This record gives sequence, C-alpha cells and structure tokens, in this order.
Amino acid sequence: MTSFLRHQVYPAVALLVALTVVTGVIYPAVVTAVAQIAFPSQANGSMIVVDGKAVGSSLIGQYFNEPRYFWGRPSAAVSAADPNGYDASNSGGSNLGPTNATLIEHVVQRVDALRKANGGGPVPVDLVTSSASGLDPDISPQAAAYQVDRVAKARGMSVAAVTAAVARFTQQPILGFLGEPSVNVLELNLYLDGLIR
Amino acid sequence: MSAGDLATLVTLFLAIVVATPLFGTYIYRVMEGERVLLSPVLRPLERAVYRVCGIEETGEMDWKAYTISVLVMAAVAIVAGYVVLRLQNVLPLNQGHIPAQSPDLAFNTSVSFETNTDWQNYSGETGATYLSQAGVLAVRNFTSAATGMAVAIALFRGLTRRSAKTLGNYWVDLTRGVLYVLLPVSVVGALVLVWQGVPQTWEPSQVVHTLQGAVQTIAVGPVASQEWIKEMGNNGGGFFNANSAHPFENPNGLTNWLEMFALLLTASSLTFTFGKYAGNQRQGWTIFAAMYAILLVGAIAAMHLEYAGNPLFPSDVLQAGLGNMEGKEVRFGSAVSGLFAAMTTGTSTGAINSWHDSLMPLTGLVPLFNMELGEITPGGIGAGMYGMLTIGAILAVFIAGLMVGRTPEYLGKKVEAYEIKMAMLTALVLGASILGFTALATVTKPGLAGPLNPGPHGFSEILYAFSSQTGNNGSAFAGLNGNTVFYNITGAFAMLIGRYGMIIPILALAGSMAAKRPVAASLGTFPTTGVLWVVLLIGVVVIVGALTFFPALSLGPIVEQLLLNAGKVFP
Repeated sequence: MTSFLRHQVYPAVALLVALTVVTGVIYPAVVTAVAQIAFPSQANGSMIVVDGKAVGSSLIGQYFNEPRYFWGRPSAAVSAADPNGYDASNSGGSNLGPTNATLIEHVVQRVDALRKANGGGPVPVDLVTSSASGLDPDISPQAAAYQVDRVAKARGMSVAAVTAAVARFTQQPILGFLGEPSVNVLELNLYLDGLIR
Repeated sequence: MSAGDLATLVTLFLAIVVATPLFGTYIYRVMEGERVLLSPVLRPLERAVYRVCGIEETGEMDWKAYTISVLVMAAVAIVAGYVVLRLQNVLPLNQGHIPAQSPDLAFNTSVSFETNTDWQNYSGETGATYLSQAGVLAVRNFTSAATGMAVAIALFRGLTRRSAKTLGNYWVDLTRGVLYVLLPVSVVGALVLVWQGVPQTWEPSQVVHTLQGAVQTIAVGPVASQEWIKEMGNNGGGFFNANSAHPFENPNGLTNWLEMFALLLTASSLTFTFGKYAGNQRQGWTIFAAMYAILLVGAIAAMHLEYAGNPLFPSDVLQAGLGNMEGKEVRFGSAVSGLFAAMTTGTSTGAINSWHDSLMPLTGLVPLFNMELGEITPGGIGAGMYGMLTIGAILAVFIAGLMVGRTPEYLGKKVEAYEIKMAMLTALVLGASILGFTALATVTKPGLAGPLNPGPHGFSEILYAFSSQTGNNGSAFAGLNGNTVFYNITGAFAMLIGRYGMIIPILALAGSMAAKRPVAASLGTFPTTGVLWVVLLIGVVVIVGALTFFPALSLGPIVEQLLLNAGKVFP
C-alpha cells in the first residue's frame, strides 16, 4: 500500500500540480503578456471606440432594425436582456433540424417580413437563417446588395453612394480562398453614420 | 462547392502531408529522449518536474504498471477538477459571478475534460469561471491529449520491441508530450490567433452602447491560450457556448484554416512516428492513407451536401447559391462548415464552427459515422492511432490470416488469440456503450425529455450524444438538453467506458506483443504495406462500423433524409 502511494499516487498528484503550474498558470500568463503588448486591440476584444466610448466590437454583430441601417442575420442568442438576439454573453444557435417545421415557418416569416421592408425580389438565404454564434458580424455581399435601396431611401443618399460604402466594407477571402466574401454590418453602419472612416 | 472551398480542402491536405514527417519525426525523438532543438530550454524544466515529482526518468513500466499509472492520474485529475468546479463560485477569478456547477454537472464536466472528450452540458460564458477555464479545463486539454499520445507510444513500443517486458514510463511520456510537443506549438498558435482577433485578457465582460441605443455585454477572457490547445489536443471544449463558430474563437477564414490544421496535425503526424518505431516508413504512410481515404470521402460529401442547401426552404422567394446557412457563419460559408464538421469528428476534437444539429440529414451522418468508427480517421491525438491499430490493423491481419489459412502476423510478430480478444473487446465496448445508452435513453422518461427536434431527428440527437461521448469527441446535436441528472450521469459513464474501455485492453495487447520475438518474414507473410493492405484496412474498419451501427443510423439520419426527399416536415 505504501509502495502504491509512493510510486503511483504521489507522482500523479505532484505531476498534476506541476503541469497545472506550467500549462494553467505560466502558459496563459505568458501568452497574455505577449498578446497585451503586441496586439492590445485584438487581445481586448477588438473594441470600436467613438469619442472615447465603446460602441461595439468589430467582431461581434449587433441587432439592427431601423430602415437606415443595414440589418444583420437572425440571431438565436436571445435573452431577457436582449430579446432580439445578439446577446454577446450568451452565444448560440437555434439547433433546429432541417426537417423541423418550426425552422421552415421561421424562414417563411422572415422572407415575408424582409420582402415587406425591401420590396419584392428573392431574398438571400443568410438573412432568413439564424447564425451559429448568434453574433455573426457579417452578411453576404448579396444580402447587403438586397438592402441598398432601402438604406439609400431612408438616408436620402444615392444608391451609388451606398453601394460604394458596401464595397468598402466587403472583406474578400484571405489569399483569395480562405473564407467567404462578407460585409461587416456594424462597421458599415458606423461608416454611414459618419462615426468611422 | 466553390473553387475557394476546394482550395481550402486541398491546401489543408497538402499542408498535413508536408507536416506529418517533420512533426512525426520530432515526436519520435522527443518520446525517445533524444536531443531536439528546444532541449536547451525545456530539458532543465523537464528535469525539475521529475525531481519535484519523485519520478525516475529511466524507470520502465510493464503494461500493468503503465495502465495503473494512467488510471490513477485520471482519478486524481477527475477528483481535483470536480472540486474546483463545485467551488468555482467562491474561488478567485470569478468576475462574472458564475455559480458553482451542480454535482452531476461537475462530475460530467470533470470526466469530460479528463477523457479528452470535452462534451459540455454548460455554456462557457455562464458555466465556468476564468479559473476553471484556464486552471482546470485548459490544463486537461494538455494532459488528456498527452495521455492519449503516451498510450499510443506505449503501443508502438509494444508492437516493435523484441522480447521486452516493459512499454516505457507513463509519467515521462506524459511530461514530454506536454512540454515538448503541445506547449511550444500552443504558445505560437495562441499568439497567431490573438493577432487575428481572438481575445486574451483577464478583464471581465465588456459593456458597450450599441448604435441603436441598446446595451450589449460582450464576454471576453483568456480565450486564445485555450483555443489553440483545444484544437491541437483534439479536445474541443469551447471557451464560449458557440465554440469555434464564435467570432472571438474563430474570427476569419485564416483562423478557420489554422484551427483545422491544428486539429489534424498531431494525430496525422503520429502515423509517421509509428513508422519510425516500426523502422519502416511505409507502415506509417499506409495507415495514413487508410485514415485519409475514409476522412476525405466523408468530408467531400459533407461539403457538397451543405452547399446544396435545404430543399424544404421556399426556393421561389430565396436566392440560390449560399447553401444551408442555418446554424452557420457567413465568413465560413456552408461548404467549409461541412468540411470542419467532418474534420472535427474524424479527429476526436468536437470543436464546431456550425451547429451540427442543423446540418442536412445525410451531412449529419458523416460526423456520426466518423465517431462510431471509433475516431480513427486520423482520430484523437494518440487515440486515433491506437484505435486504428487495434480495430483496424490487428483485426485486418486476423481476417487476412483466416483467408489464407496462416497464423496472422503484424510487424513480424504473431497475432494470437489473446491479442484478437483484446482488439475485439475495444470494438465491442464502443458498440455496447453507444447503442446501449441510446437504447436506454429512448425507453426512459428522462431520456426522452432530452431532444429538442421532433421526428427521427430527435432520435439522431440521442444517438449523437452517446456516439460523441463514447467516442470522446465532444461535439453535439446540441438541441438535446444534456444538463439533466440522467444525461450528466449516463454521459459521464459513456465517456469513461469509451476512454478506459479502450486504453486498458490496448495496453494489455501492447504488453503481450512486447513480450513476443519477431519472426522473419517469409513468402507466406501478408504484407502490411501497399495498396492491397490499405483496401483491406479500410474494408475492415468500415464493415465493422457499418455492421454495428447501420440499424441505428437508418432510424436517424437515413430515414430523415428519405422523408425529407418526400417533402415531410415534423411539427
């Protein structure tokens, strides 16, 4: 028994403590220190600050429903604090399966609502399906193009000017193939409001 | 799929082909105590660890001592993790005022991370403090991965040593795996992730005032340091609930590619390490070929099926082209999300960048089948190799031996009744746990209370839960409400059975093989390299998996796809 304690239990306990110090204390501390010095903005959440106040993170979507703003994707990250979704302390998706009638109903309702607000025409599918994180900062270029007329009208801007703004905030795939073309909704709306350049 | 999607797949595969011999050689040298580039820095640390822990570096263990050490370490780590999760509300670094986990949830979580599963019945944002995340869960990400690797190395030694009694030293193998293999790559990987936008801070959640005047609370934390090892160690437990779909865990197409590379890297490289032990690199590449043939077929199918979209959507009022976007992120797109789903389950990672519950039925079949094959394509770090060598290679030489009427041999050693029994045990344990617990859940009230989705998809959620936990994967059809006493306890046992029900017979097999004397190859020896062997290996793996799981799969995703084709939805 003492042999078992000395040769099995003691090394296990001691090694767990030692490896916890190395990988649970030193490792995250070193990564944090270097990250905070080398990449302070990213390490703290890529916050966008306007006039000294944080208005959001460039990586985290926000809920938009006013006509003058581009709208993001439906969000299932719903809570009491954020009844329309985009609760960034409670990420998540709908988890509705492909044959769930509720999913199909949601899609049909969202299509109807969008067609009422934007006029007819087929709707891009990312605008009627909930994102995985509930915080998707992006929409597809098609989904942005679909909303240009509405936003231009609500702002009294020309369609060409709004289209140019969309192009400015369209991220192309990195190296030409990594990721999909996407439009950052919050940055685009901040730009249209004249809050970022 | 688009050209960009295809380029993602091809570059990923090529990068793995290039990295496998390099990293595989490095792992071999580390595990055999040879000098490597990082030795000047890490060797003093390694020696200090042994001194403090009273570990004799040269002390070899027989298979029983090795097994007992693995089990004792697991027991100690599970108890320690449980205690921290139960007390996290009063321990430091709880800026978010997160409560303690309930007894059954803490048991499930602690077992989950120690078994390299990382199944999560809690949400990262609201269920685990920074102390629990960085000081327990991320640590388990290192130690459980290194334990899987240690067991694989012990098996390699058992298969290739001549008339030996011992398999190495678990404490040393574990320490080297953490310090030399996982830690250095994780430091670099985590910093690359921060550069691309993954947070790394001890500050509490940030509060912002949105453009439309609302208040948004944005969870941050020490994400990057956990994110990289979560992928590289094939753990998969997300810092946030949305896991690698969360923009803070996976901000863009580059990080998505890097995370897929990380989750394939070590498991793939171990095939080359195996070749080094066998003294014949063709042995390693043969295993690699069989693993990737199975993985890539599933991956391409998943990419194609997701890109095709959901035919039940009203196509007359929707634009075509983006595919099935429910539960997906725009920056990844549907096809590459399907690719990630295949990669995360072909390895035993279980990180997700889209919700698997919302995949098309036959796409959902790919991760399910990957997990039910035993996570061997290329599988979990270490676990993939020891699974492939037993469920695959040992059974395949046995079947080939039956066909030609000779005693089967593997790497020049006779495979006899004892080894076949141990290999069969691993295959049976897998099937019994997955199908047994699924059956139990479908006939009991607390089991049936779990699923979110109606119809056959609800059954798939249960089957997925026990496939994932037994396979030590950790991804979920997450509509299932798993945080109940029933699912926390049954799930924890599924994870324990799936982990140690494999490790114990495999180490027994390793011990038995180590004691044998190799015999010279003759004309009648069945070669365990080359195309014929790859085909046989794939055949055995797929047939054993299909025979065991096809009936259950037909009740879930297959029947759902047939009904979907007929236009049926479930209220």
